[in-house]
Amino acid sequence: MTSFAFPAPPPSPESEALRAEVRAFLQQELADRAPIARAQSWNGVDAAFSRKLGQRGWLGLTWPKRYGGHERSALERHVLLEELLAAGAPVGAHWIAERQSGPSLLRYGTEAQKLAILPRIAAGECFFCIGMSEADAGSDLASVRTRAVRTEAGWRVNGAKLWTTNAQHCQYMILLSRTGAVDPQRRHHGLSQFLVDLSRPGIAIRPIANLAGEPHFNEVAFTDALLPPDAILGLEGEGWSQVTGELAYERSGPERFLSSFTLLVELIRVLSPVADERAQIAVGRLCAQLVTLRRMSRSVAGLLQAGADPALEAAMVKDLGALVEQEIPEVARDLLADAPPTPASRAFAEVLAYTSLHAPSFSLRGGTREILRGIIARGLGLR
Amino acid sequence: MSEPALDASGDMLRETTARVLRNLVTDAARAQMAGGALPLALWSALEELGLPYALLPEDAGGFGAPLAQALSLLAVAGEHALPLPLADAMLARLLLAKAGVEAPQGMLALAPGAEVALDGRGRASGWAWGVPWGRHAAAVVIVCETPGGPVILAAPQSALKIEPGADIAGDPSDTIRFEAVASAPAPFGVLEARAAGAATRALMIAGALSAVTAMTTQYAGERQQFGRAIGKFQAVQQNLAVLAGQSASAAAAADFAADAVAAWGPGLVPAVAAAKLRCGEAAGLGAAIAHQTHGAIGFTREHRLHRYTLRLSAWRDAYGREAEWARYLGRHVLAAGPEGLWPALTAL
Repeated sequence: MTSFAFPAPPPSPESEALRAEVRAFLQQELADRAPIARAQSWNGVDAAFSRKLGQRGWLGLTWPKRYGGHERSALERHVLLEELLAAGAPVGAHWIAERQSGPSLLRYGTEAQKLAILPRIAAGECFFCIGMSEADAGSDLASVRTRAVRTEAGWRVNGAKLWTTNAQHCQYMILLSRTGAVDPQRRHHGLSQFLVDLSRPGIAIRPIANLAGEPHFNEVAFTDALLPPDAILGLEGEGWSQVTGELAYERSGPERFLSSFTLLVELIRVLSPVADERAQIAVGRLCAQLVTLRRMSRSVAGLLQAGADPALEAAMVKDLGALVEQEIPEVARDLLADAPPTPASRAFAEVLAYTSLHAPSFSLRGGTREILRGIIARGLGLR
Repeated sequence: MSEPALDASGDMLRETTARVLRNLVTDAARAQMAGGALPLALWSALEELGLPYALLPEDAGGFGAPLAQALSLLAVAGEHALPLPLADAMLARLLLAKAGVEAPQGMLALAPGAEVALDGRGRASGWAWGVPWGRHAAAVVIVCETPGGPVILAAPQSALKIEPGADIAGDPSDTIRFEAVASAPAPFGVLEARAAGAATRALMIAGALSAVTAMTTQYAGERQQFGRAIGKFQAVQQNLAVLAGQSASAAAAADFAADAVAAWGPGLVPAVAAAKLRCGEAAGLGAAIAHQTHGAIGFTREHRLHRYTLRLSAWRDAYGREAEWARYLGRHVLAAGPEGLWPALTAL
């Protein structure tokens, strides 16, 4: 049996200095941001805010300086992210690029790709979306059908990606595409990743309203889209292992347990003067889960800093995190009885509605609950 | 005293402890303890190793290891479902040392709850309940609130009237009565002492859950039904993934509880509140899955699972159940208010 290790996060005094700096910045910057806007968490898109973070040197915090990064630790980055999320800052524009696409480029990109793209991500001027899911490839990612065929001039891509969050705001996608023959015995073979400039001809982005009516999702259709030869990211045929290499970054961060945090803040605002014992107990239970998840998530940051590959631990953080994110709206609605509306209770009701509408996605995006538990079971040696 | 070798991570200390427990917590010793008797050879071996002194400074008999590391030995005790009051003996000595009171020789027990009254000369009379192994202790250490402030006392066995009892795991849990025992002012409150006790139970729960996860996973890989190991069924796999998650979560919570006891600052009580609450929840969820997976054999006296799951129940009840600590933590963050919530959580 693999044992899941969450070692104590290493001490990081410089992180606490950064925390104070970030808090002061956000207090000023977000002074007028309404609770309902804060509740969008990392779905809130504001390109100007992303550029401001870039100007302060707060994007690509851990990357090498030669690519526009700042060579600070994964623990400092963790502090920065959790402060941004807890304050409800609009980080959605750059979130994927900074969390996942940038690190993938750093790991697998050519020097030219890195020099061309990473400094722009770090400046908050270049945003990415994830081109993985398709209509018939959701949890079963290896069944992607989008195909890139080699041509004299590069690659020709046909197919369609689905559920591509924020594609309409992004300049680039990292695309997972089939490049080799389908081999039913080795389904993970023959996949490759591409760095796709979304402004190229043959790429159409069509928004899809989610159940809250927001156009966050997109379909991105490729019709004979031509990509230059240097669009391939990493090695041809190695797409699967490259994609799974992103998972520790994708699944362990504080966005995996803080998605409903604004609702907890607003709940406490309406409860504060009069909380009865039942409310105290319910709030205490939620906070104990958040504190524990925070410890686990910081532990993973420490493992990443030490160069380990904590993909299993990350799956665990995400699985447990989604549970508390979904429990917060359930607890919140149950603690407040119908009462004549006041300004504070109206803000609370709006945030409750928003969070409740989005809660189903918390255990779907980034790996469903069932997939994550399957990964954990594999780690236990059961499959 | 043969001291275990030290290394920076504390792994050697934990391994030495685990080896001693593996060798000495035999079925015969367990049978003896289940009858409420103290296996002297086992306790002497723990004394010999210096474990009851583990939380003390080196010059007072401690290992000189960081306090959080010494506390992590309790997770090892939990992994072996140790019925003896090692945690209480360790903590009793730490509390006496903090108060500058000389500790009696022998096995010390600790009272999780007590009522005392002081006479004019500071002598304490009263009673305490739920005292693990009180009947065999050289002395029972008690921290109690009085009108003049919190006091600590070590009531010697000769001063005790014992009403034997047992907790849900069958381990001795006694009521004691005493009269005119010398007390000293405690430099900490009853709540801090209770939190430290809760932290020891959080650590033991984390250790026991890790053992339960390992044995349940192993069983699911071996037990055949419908022509294959039950661990091949997705329904079982999903349950075991939840168990592993609860175990890891309890371990993380127990870790920060140990850090909070080591620091013994303003964050002690809220951090332990969060940890004991999380570990208590994990104990309940985890034990249920372990039993579900083991089926009927796990519900027998002959199978070892009950040693762990019954102690998970006993330890989640001791030093504050989930609701008690949830109420404390809830009040703590509600008092911080909406803007103070996040700073309050990050301070833990």
